[in-house]
Amino acid sequence: MSKHFTKKSKAKPEISTASLPDIIFMLLIFFMVTTVLRETTVQVRTILPQAEALTKIEQKRYVSYIWMGPEKLIGNRFGETKVQIDDALVDDLATIRLIMYRKLTEEPRLIVSLRVDEESEMGIVTDVQQELRKAGSLRINYSSKRDVTNL
Amino acid sequence: MADIAFLLLIFFLVTTTIDVDTGIGMTLPPELDEEIEPPPVKERNILKILINEQGQVLLEDLPSGISQIREEVRTHVTNDGADARYAESADKAVVSIKTDRLTPYDMYIQTLDEVWMAYFELWDAEARQMGYENYQAYRATLEPGQENAIREKIPAQISLAEPDDGSDS
Repeated sequence: MSKHFTKKSKAKPEISTASLPDIIFMLLIFFMVTTVLRETTVQVRTILPQAEALTKIEQKRYVSYIWMGPEKLIGNRFGETKVQIDDALVDDLATIRLIMYRKLTEEPRLIVSLRVDEESEMGIVTDVQQELRKAGSLRINYSSKRDVTNL
Repeated sequence: MADIAFLLLIFFLVTTTIDVDTGIGMTLPPELDEEIEPPPVKERNILKILINEQGQVLLEDLPSGISQIREEVRTHVTNDGADARYAESADKAVVSIKTDRLTPYDMYIQTLDEVWMAYFELWDAEARQMGYENYQAYRATLEPGQENAIREKIPAQISLAEPDDGSDS
């Protein structure tokens, strides 16, 4: 019986490459969607502190960053501690209130991620926090790295 | 066609950075109305942590180290009215962190980290009693909008006090 059905094909069995462009396109679209091309140049140094009790921010599109740290100067020197939001340094801390209030009206689920240099002093952090309270954006996140020394 | 797609793919592969932002989440207290007095909290329910400009820690008016904070927070929250110096019950316990204007940010984060770790450990213990592996496993079982019973029982009430301007002692 089986004789009738065993047919030997001469061609080597090969994986069909017909779907290859589709797969590539799929990956391409995935990476295109996930890529954020516009990177803000951070003008302050932010060496993040290390911590254990970390939580991940899953909803990345709600996140708005505030950088705080010594300003990067020409050469490897650092200036005074400055605050940066988006692309610009903020000189007058009172404008933070307006900026964050505008962001909050656009996105009510806003999370403000504070990327603060570990050598900063609490004074400026508290000032910014007071402004955030006035703006009403209360969800904050102290950005910090995983503590690798304790593992 | 596939070549062009490949080229584009490689470009996007190289430029993509999938970095997850991690940090310590906090909720700031809303701006207080000056006419309305904040609700009074009993002195014994507050665990006061003070950090000065040298990064020295004062725990309930006693000088101590960063490493003692976790244990102290745990005794404070789980006290259940046993010791008159600590909180009456877990849901009334408040941890207050106060810093100086010149306190290094790193010290503040380390303190906050210890306090959160104390709460995480308490939540883990609570979840294990309920038959879950840990707190994360319990949280995964919650439906959106469902009340988190563990956090209801042991709420992490961390108060960030406004710092002194540094002019006084």
